[in-house]
This record gives sequence, C-alpha cells and structure tokens, in this order.
Amino acid sequence: MERFAHLLDRLIYTRSRNDKIALVAAYLQTTPDPDRGWALAALTSGLDFPAVKASTIREVVATRVDAVLYSLSRDFVGDTAETASLIWPRQPTDLPPPTVAEAVEVMAGMSRSTVMAELSRLLDRLEPDGRFALIKMATGAMRTGLSGRLARTAFAQAFGLDVEEVEEHWHGVKPPYASLFAWATSPEGSAPVADPFQFKPFMLAHSLEGEEQLDLADFAVEWKWDGIRIQLIGDGETTRLFSRGGEEISGAFPEIASAYRFRGVMDGELLVRGDLQGGEEGGAASFNALQQRLGRKKVTAAMIDEFPAFVRLYDLLIDGGEDLRGHPWSVRRARLEAALDSLPPDRFDISQLIGATDWAELIQLRDDARAQAYEGLMFKRRDSVYSPGRKTGLWYKWKRQPLTADCVLMYAQRGSGKRSSYYSDFTFGCWTAPPGDGGELLPVAKAYFGFTDEELKWLDSFVRRHTTNRFGPVREVEKTLVIEIAFDSIHLSKRHKSGLAMRFPRIARIRQDKPAGEANLIADLMAFVS
Amino acid sequence: MSSGFGWLRPEKQGIYLPTVDAWIDPSIAVARALVTHGHSDHARGGHCHVVATAPTLAIMALRYGETPAAQAVDYGETTELGDGISATYLPAGHVLGSAQILLERRGERVVITGDYKRRPDPTCPLFVPTPCDIFITEATFGLPVFVHPPIGQELDKLLDALAERPDRCVLVGAYALGKAQRIIAELRVRGFADTIYLHGAMERMCALYEAHGVPLGPLALVADADLDDLKGKLVICPPSALGDRWTRRLPNPLQAFASGWMRVRQRGVQRGIELPLVISDHADWEELTATIVEVAPQETWITHGREDALVHWCSMRQIRARALELVGYDDEDEM
Ligand SMILES: [Zn+2]
Ligand SMILES: [Zn+2]
Repeated sequence: MERFAHLLDRLIYTRSRNDKIALVAAYLQTTPDPDRGWALAALTSGLDFPAVKASTIREVVATRVDAVLYSLSRDFVGDTAETASLIWPRQPTDLPPPTVAEAVEVMAGMSRSTVMAELSRLLDRLEPDGRFALIKMATGAMRTGLSGRLARTAFAQAFGLDVEEVEEHWHGVKPPYASLFAWATSPEGSAPVADPFQFKPFMLAHSLEGEEQLDLADFAVEWKWDGIRIQLIGDGETTRLFSRGGEEISGAFPEIASAYRFRGVMDGELLVRGDLQGGEEGGAASFNALQQRLGRKKVTAAMIDEFPAFVRLYDLLIDGGEDLRGHPWSVRRARLEAALDSLPPDRFDISQLIGATDWAELIQLRDDARAQAYEGLMFKRRDSVYSPGRKTGLWYKWKRQPLTADCVLMYAQRGSGKRSSYYSDFTFGCWTAPPGDGGELLPVAKAYFGFTDEELKWLDSFVRRHTTNRFGPVREVEKTLVIEIAFDSIHLSKRHKSGLAMRFPRIARIRQDKPAGEANLIADLMAFVS
Repeated sequence: MSSGFGWLRPEKQGIYLPTVDAWIDPSIAVARALVTHGHSDHARGGHCHVVATAPTLAIMALRYGETPAAQAVDYGETTELGDGISATYLPAGHVLGSAQILLERRGERVVITGDYKRRPDPTCPLFVPTPCDIFITEATFGLPVFVHPPIGQELDKLLDALAERPDRCVLVGAYALGKAQRIIAELRVRGFADTIYLHGAMERMCALYEAHGVPLGPLALVADADLDDLKGKLVICPPSALGDRWTRRLPNPLQAFASGWMRVRQRGVQRGIELPLVISDHADWEELTATIVEVAPQETWITHGREDALVHWCSMRQIRARALELVGYDDEDEM
C-alpha cells in the first residue's frame, strides 16, 4: 500500500502526460502480482466498494475526532479524503501496513454493519499518505488525470509491448488482470485468447493538413458524421454498445441494443434523426440534438420518441465468428453491405460513399459541410486493414473550416512542464451587451494552443503587465486584448454562465488592432449554435 | 475573561504596555517597540526605539535601514522598561535571532512567543518553555491536520530528487529569511557539500546568517552561473520566483516548495509544485497544544493564525483562551 500511496502522490503532483506514464510503468515493472493489477484498476476507477459511501469517511473520522476540529479542518483543506487522512489519530497496532490486495479484499468484504470498524483498523495500519490512498481507493475518486488509455500506454511501455496489442486484450480481462500480466511478463508468453465478442480498439484517422494531395484513386470518401463513434457487439444473445474510450453505453441507447440482431462487431456513428446530415434519404440532426441523449444513465420512453437514435454503419470487424480486420477495407465494405439486410432500416443505415472524382469537387463539398452539419470528410484507403490506433497513410479526416469569434482575454494561468513559467492557459469572454450599454464579459472559451512561441512570449508578457487581480494561480487581466478564437462548433451548456460551450477552441490571431468594445456579443455566438 | 493585567493590553496593532508606552511587534510605526523576530509581519520599519536581539536588529537594518535607537539584548538578558516592568528575551527556535519576550511586573508574568517551533534548528537555539500567567502564542498551523514530518524525511526527498535528475536542477522555493538558511544548514549537517545556487534576493540574508556564526558552505549566485553549471544542482529562490520568468535561465527546473502548507496537497498542486517539502519554522498542532499544557498558564491568548481550532481545543480542556484580533499579521514567512 505504501508504494501505491507513493505512486498516487507523485501522479497528483505530475502534470506531464509522459512523466505520468513513466511513473505508472515503473510501478508496474517493480510491483508484484496481484498488487499491481489492483492498483491499476484503482487508478482507472475500475473498483467499486458498495459498503463505503462518501459519508462513511466522515462517520469513521467522527468516531475519533471532535466534530468542531474536524469541520474547521475540512473547511481549510477542502477535501474530505485528505482531511481524514491527515487528521486520523492512529491507535497503535502490531499489524504491518496492508498490501493493496489485502486492502481490496477487506473492503470488498465489508458490509454496512462492519464497515466502520474494519475501515478504522485499516487506517490504523497506515501513515497519512497511505490513508489518503486507501480512502481515495475506497470511495473510487482518484482524480489523478489517468485515463484508461494512459494506463494501457503505461502498461505497454512497462513491458515493451505495442499499446494497440494491449488494447486488443485489455477489455476481456477483469482486475487484477492476472492473465494480462502473465502474458506481458513471460518471455515466450502467448497472448490470452481474445474473445471475438469483446471490445476492439478503434481504428483512428489522421488529420489531413493543408494541401496534402492524396491519390483519389486509392481512397474511398465518406462524410465525417457529427455524432459519436460507437462499436456494436452482438454475440447472438445480447448486444453491447461501446464508446470510443471503451465505455459501455448500452443502457443509454436501449432501442439500438435491442434492434441489433447480428452476431458480430460493427463500427459506426451514433446519431439521432433529423433533417440534416443526409437530408431526405434518412437524415440526422446536429450534434446538439444527440447531446440531449448523452450523459444520461437512464433513458425515458419520451426521450427515445423525441430524439430517436440510429447508427450509420461504416465498418464490419467481426462477422459471425470471423475476424475481418486483416482484410482490406474494400472487402469489409462489401461484407458490411451484405450484412445490412439483416438489420432494421429505421435503426441502421450505411455511410454512403461520395463519388467525387477531383479535388475541386471535394473542396466544394467541404465548404458546404457546415450548412448540412457534417463535420467534414473522411478518406479511407481502399486496401487498408483495420488497424487499431492512428496509423499513418490509411485513414484521414478533413474537417470543415472552423468558425471564429473575437473574444476578450479575461484570465490566464501558468502552463505545465516547459510552459511552467509562461501564462499559457487562457480564458476568453464575450459581451452580454455592448459595453457602452452596460454589457459585461462572460467567459465563453478556454484555450491553450494555437499560438506560436513568439506569440506565447508576447501573451505572457501582456498578462504580467496587465494583471489586475490574483486568485491563487489565476491572474485576472485588464479587459483590453482581443483574440480571434477559432472553434469547430458551439453548443448550449448549463454548466457555463454564458450558457455556451465551444468545441475545440484555439487561438487563431492576436487582434491588437481591435478595441475590446468591438469584440463579439454572446448573442453573436448564439447564432452559431446549430 | 480578563483583558490582562492593568499594565498590559492587546490592541489591534499589537500588545501594548500603556504605563511605559511600549509595544510588542506593533504593525504600525511607534516610539518604542519590542520586536520578537525579523519577519515583516512582526518587525516593521519606522520605529524610533527598538529592543531586539542583535541578529533581529541586523535583519531590520538590512530591510529598513538603521533604527535611530536600537537596543540589542542577549537571550536571557533582562531589560527594565520602567514602571517596574522588565522584559527578558528567550529563544523561540523560529529563525536566527527569534525570541519570546517574558514580561514581568511585581510577580505577574506574561510570555509572548512571537513565532516559534519546538524542533532543533542549526540556525538558532531551541525554544525554552517558560512558566507564566498569560501565554500569548501564535497559531499559524493551528489545525489538527498540521503535523510536520521530521525534516530529515523531507530532505531525503529533496536529495533523492537531485540524484534522480542529473540533467535538471531542483528549484526550491523557500522564504528568504529563515527557511532558506535552515535548509542549507541542515543539508550541510548531513554532509551535503555541493555548491548551492541562490536567487539574487537570497544573497544578503545568507551573508548575514554567516556573519552571525551560521556556516552555510559553498554558495553561488544563479546570475553568475552557466546553464550547464546548474544541471543536477540545488537552486534556492524566494517562493514568489517559482514559475516566474526568472526560472527560464535554469535547466528544466523541478519546482519544489518548502513550507508547512505543503501538508495540504491542493496547495502545492495549485501552484504547479512538483515536489512538496513539508518544512516549517512554526509549531505544528501537536507542538502548539503540548506547549500550552507544558507552560500551564492561567490564560492563553492567540495572536495570529487559525485561532478558532486552538481556542476550541482549550475550551474542551477547561483552559481559558481567547483569540486576539490583531491586524496586519499576515505571515510573510509562510503564505
Ligand atoms: Zn515569523
Ligand atoms: Zn508570524
């Protein structure tokens, strides 16, 4: 547990992704089974201990600490787990600190009637850092910025494996991932036999930059649909849906799961019905409509009626028990077209190929994409095998031109790593009304890239010279600098005071020529909401 | 609760002795000030007459220029203030020259701790617990979550970080008065003989410490060093220089911060600290409470810090305690 606590502590203080990967990899290399597997699960929130509630921690501390002293401390520290770990008065014990595996076992076995006493006994065996790790693990709130992808990358790095190979096998195994570690660590180890009906890592596309000219004869062209990428897995009995990150989302789209009566694995775009993205021959709504369905664990019949979902299919990975991923795209496409007949057309259709033969035509299509709510165009090499991750030369995405808005710099925060001495994370606002009419600025975007090194230096020095206020690490600046922000799209959001959230905002230009009063109004941005 | 003896009362600007018109650690310029130590929330400029230890006077002279009438006292030395009131300066263990002030009048005893800690420190003598009627204490770390680990444990973290990264430097933010010199002296005690590089703002205070008999070993200024000289080295700067443009002259610095506040993770994470070092020159919760028990005063007054928890702790033990609402004590040395 102490080594795990130490790892957790260092992850909290480490901001660089590569450093985080190196820390986790080193831990995995040097920690025995099954501790490392449990630790990995804990870091990626793969553990759940129903007997331990958020309130349990407070109650356990209350058995030993005066309520007033606890609440004053909690107010100062700001985090229950940390307060509890620091304030816990240990009672002497002869027992050594528990291993991660032992802690997991004890916590998994706790019931509502035993949780207080057993948790206290575990806490007594640990120092503050260990107690912090234990409590974070118990309540499932690690918040180390460690995604599943990053953990798998660390796993691959630790054992000299290809991350896509790790992805391939990851989703079929459960914590503490014994078979995975056995495979990774034995010299002649063979991979665990992959279940054809488990999540497969997605094949991803590179961005097509500038005037890069592909030979169009080699590529099939499709629209880039503005929905969410999903994988459908049917084993003949049940169907499961997975998002790009490998999260199961079947519960949120029951109408899709029940309509997919196919034994095999397909790749496609989840959309809701509408009159854009395909128009009369079965169109889809913009991303905004789909958002009404996302992020909900339970879905009502009314929601399904109002925002009916469907999947626009574009690849077939497993057909029956046969793995097609080693076949060229053109073969998989033909098999997909044949398989389509067995699926109900109101829930499934196919991503039509675009018959454009020259770039002039494609450029025109891309320019018109926004009006039809397409995200852009996709180029897929006809002979490309389905290879997980982002391989060069196979698939490309060509996004529609971004939207832009003139915004006013409001706040800045220092970056991390090489940027730790630069104010490089910015918050921008637009006006509620013209400032002459009493309008004020509300934040509409945060952006931390899009600028050159020279521009970063200039922005950093602007922030330092025009600071009006400091809130911890954040500086408020004079509201005088206009920046042109480019963004892919903008959406309604209840979480933001302006009521808006931008997708993919970045700094396009510093507009020293423009007075702040002439920056855009929130109302101008509202007009972009599609 | 009494407001003290007739000859001593708390005012917003400090502890006041009305019969002799003298103040202890006043936050405004006064005619006569008794100063516990050189941190700017205790030692202000502009007083006419200052009574303090010689190092504290030297620190004040460095920061504010010479005081018109500076009266140096040794630890244990008693000074008559008039009206039968005497002041004795006793070690507080906080920073070089730091003192508690024992005030006595006709058998009534008051101790003002200024800032203090109970752990050994190679730069100043150990705190001397002194029985008294009224104990006027600080409470900077007056919450039970603050338990400072042994300094050796924190310095090991620092030395490990240095060894781990020969291509980078480790940049430690530490207060220019006290913390920086204590860390250097503690490292020297542990046999660390390598040159330690300083931000320019540290230079004069380090020289002052050495002039007062605290050897700090080989020191050099960052300004005089090449980028390559600094690889694998320890660099010390004031906390305000962490993440500042100044750091761009350093080889990919790993940012550390030596402070009692580093006990709380979010404090370090917010500032972009990669290596938190929980090193404090203040009493932690256990020292604060144990010292009150040991000194066993009739009353405890709390000057500054997180006083609510300490007052509550006293009330649970039937110890009379009150929080003074002093203004201007802002802990330059710890926030
Ligand atoms: Zn001080
Ligand atoms: Zn102080």
